[in-house]
Amino acid sequence: MLIAILVLILLALIIGLVLGFSSIKFKVKGDPIVEKIDAILPQTQCGQCSYPGCKPYAKAIASGEADINQCPPGGEDGVKALAELMGVEYKPLDESHGITKPKSVAFIDEDTCIGCTLCIQACPVDAILGAAKQMHTIIEKECTGCELCLPPCPVDCITMEVIEENAENWKWKYPVYSLSKKTAKVQ
Amino acid sequence: MKIIENIFKFNGGVKAQTRKSISTKVGIQKIGIPKYLKIPLRQHIGNLPKLKVKEGDVVLKGQLIAEADGSVSAAIHAPTSGKIKSIEKILLPHPSGLPDYGVIIESDMKDKWIKKIPINWAKIGVEATIKALQNSGIVGLGGAAFPSHLKMGSKATKINTLIVNAAECEPYITCDDMVMRERSEDLINGIELVESLLGAKNTIIGIEDNKPEALSQLQFHTKSHKNISIKVVPTIYPSGDAKRLIFLINGIKIPKGKRSSEYGIQMFNVATIIAIYRYISFGEPSLSRITTISGNITKPQNYEVLFGTPLKALINQSGGQKIKNDNFIMGGPMMGFKLPSIDVPVTKAMNCVLGAEPEMIEDKKEPLPCIRCAKCAEACPVSLQPQELYWFSKSDQFEKAQEYKLFDCIECGCCSYVCPSNIPLVQFYRYAKSELISEFRAQEEADVARERNEFRIMRLERERQERAERNAKRRAQSSKEEKSKLIDEKRAAISAAMDRIKEYEKKK
Ligand code: SF4
Ligand code: SF4
Ligand code: SF4
Repeated sequence: MLIAILVLILLALIIGLVLGFSSIKFKVKGDPIVEKIDAILPQTQCGQCSYPGCKPYAKAIASGEADINQCPPGGEDGVKALAELMGVEYKPLDESHGITKPKSVAFIDEDTCIGCTLCIQACPVDAILGAAKQMHTIIEKECTGCELCLPPCPVDCITMEVIEENAENWKWKYPVYSLSKKTAKVQ
Repeated sequence: MKIIENIFKFNGGVKAQTRKSISTKVGIQKIGIPKYLKIPLRQHIGNLPKLKVKEGDVVLKGQLIAEADGSVSAAIHAPTSGKIKSIEKILLPHPSGLPDYGVIIESDMKDKWIKKIPINWAKIGVEATIKALQNSGIVGLGGAAFPSHLKMGSKATKINTLIVNAAECEPYITCDDMVMRERSEDLINGIELVESLLGAKNTIIGIEDNKPEALSQLQFHTKSHKNISIKVVPTIYPSGDAKRLIFLINGIKIPKGKRSSEYGIQMFNVATIIAIYRYISFGEPSLSRITTISGNITKPQNYEVLFGTPLKALINQSGGQKIKNDNFIMGGPMMGFKLPSIDVPVTKAMNCVLGAEPEMIEDKKEPLPCIRCAKCAEACPVSLQPQELYWFSKSDQFEKAQEYKLFDCIECGCCSYVCPSNIPLVQFYRYAKSELISEFRAQEEADVARERNEFRIMRLERERQERAERNAKRRAQSSKEEKSKLIDEKRAAISAAMDRIKEYEKKK
């Protein structure tokens, strides 16, 4: 009887230790579902979803406060991925938040720029270089195309330019071939 | 020299008509120096090289015009002497048909060399030599165009065996065959050199059994070389694929995702070895290559062409197409692609140009639905399930395609070749791979954006805190001063009052 009690106590202690240790060692950082949603969002950080960035929108989706179809840069594919993750019905993109546009980057007309730094303060990813009263320029590689720098510019010298297909980002196209009469008959 | 007899055989593959003899009737000929050479900067896998010349500069043959940018990049040299006419966008021999940056040289027809500086590799050491090789502009001339110096220097892995890829398994292509027939001596010298640079102990040349002339040349020149052996492999396409050839030669199966160097093996193509030899022993950078022109062509043969030579010069010199259809294929019939335009220059990767035979033009074939005969799976040398890959690629189920090992597909075209329904299977795989790669890239960009956004939020928060701290400190500081001032004032007032009392009492 006594031995049984001791064994059980010992067991409880060991299991407690292991559990305690692993809860520290394998601690999951942040909220896993928020992280998963955030991984699907395109990280344009444009705020069109009516949240101040992708992470806040991810949190809102996770808490059930926001719907899954509010992110225009993510497009229909994004909504589909979110629907799958959340296990809810797919619904078309809510166009009141904006429409999906081809990926663009911002360009500053460096002759017109007066160096007011307002765009720098607006850029969510620190992709604009410049200092007070100095010409500003955009680090093209870091620009997400969120358009947040457009409204603050007092001299309207920033424009969005669609990224054209070039030898580097070119993709093989979906194979198309004409079906002859014979083929059509078989099908 | 010895000939290895035992043969390992890989699964799948096809025995296609090789059609090689049509372009080996005459020796390698030279194409004259053209008036204008258009030299694209993007001729290899990796970063674009950095331009070192400007419009109007006079350049000599062999002079550096663009320098390798980082280690995964290759230099570009002036193929002949002349003047830099312009730096502009030119059409590339690329399936996209899109223009990209290049240099246009107006040749002065003198073909005047810059001073050639051979490399004394024994003196400067292997490491310095490999570094120098980065400025040679040499890339894999088998068609992959991977910078060659990258295959030389891996200290972590020890290379025991150098395998020379002389299989040249793709139908029609004969440039390596002709090089071995005519320049075997250079090849053997090159092999000795590359062997020493790699620290390899022995070399095996893998050659398909359909090149007896080249083989006898190799046998003749390797007579006194104990460490070089020749392995004749059966003519089965794609025996020239790196992993397939290694298996054919010594039965080693390199697992997916591993490199041959991890198994002590490094492989170079015949022409690449000669290019390395010419650079180190004679100081000649990569300026030209041997290109096969064959197929539906009046005079199919091999030419030595300067990079930047208009492809049209090559086509005209070989008499143009026999049956005119204006379709040309770069690479072989199995792995090549249709050139969107023939207004393109010859580049480092251009091992072969075919005038398209009527049966090579896709529109002429009539694709039928897949009947799930699994012929493709039998033919696949990588043991994939091409019919499944086709299904998933066709219906945009890219994740599924990836699960079925889409990226292990070497795009050899065996499956398309055997498919009784004429389905252009490889085109679907290329499409699916492209889509996935662009997805990966978008994901990477998103990760960077997330990080930068998080950093910005942290920075703003930090700045806010710093400001708050500063303010608090100032507040704290000012009140302390004020307090001490106040105390001082009070003390002064008290002592003044005391003084007054003292004075008053004195008066009394
Ligand atoms: S709408 Fe903009 S901020 Fe909102 S989730 Fe989409 S990309 Fe991010
Ligand atoms: S060979 Fe063609 S028809 Fe047969 S299973 Fe493969 S894809 Fe389908
Ligand atoms: S192209 Fe890909 S799937 Fe088709 S046979 Fe070759 S490796 Fe296999």
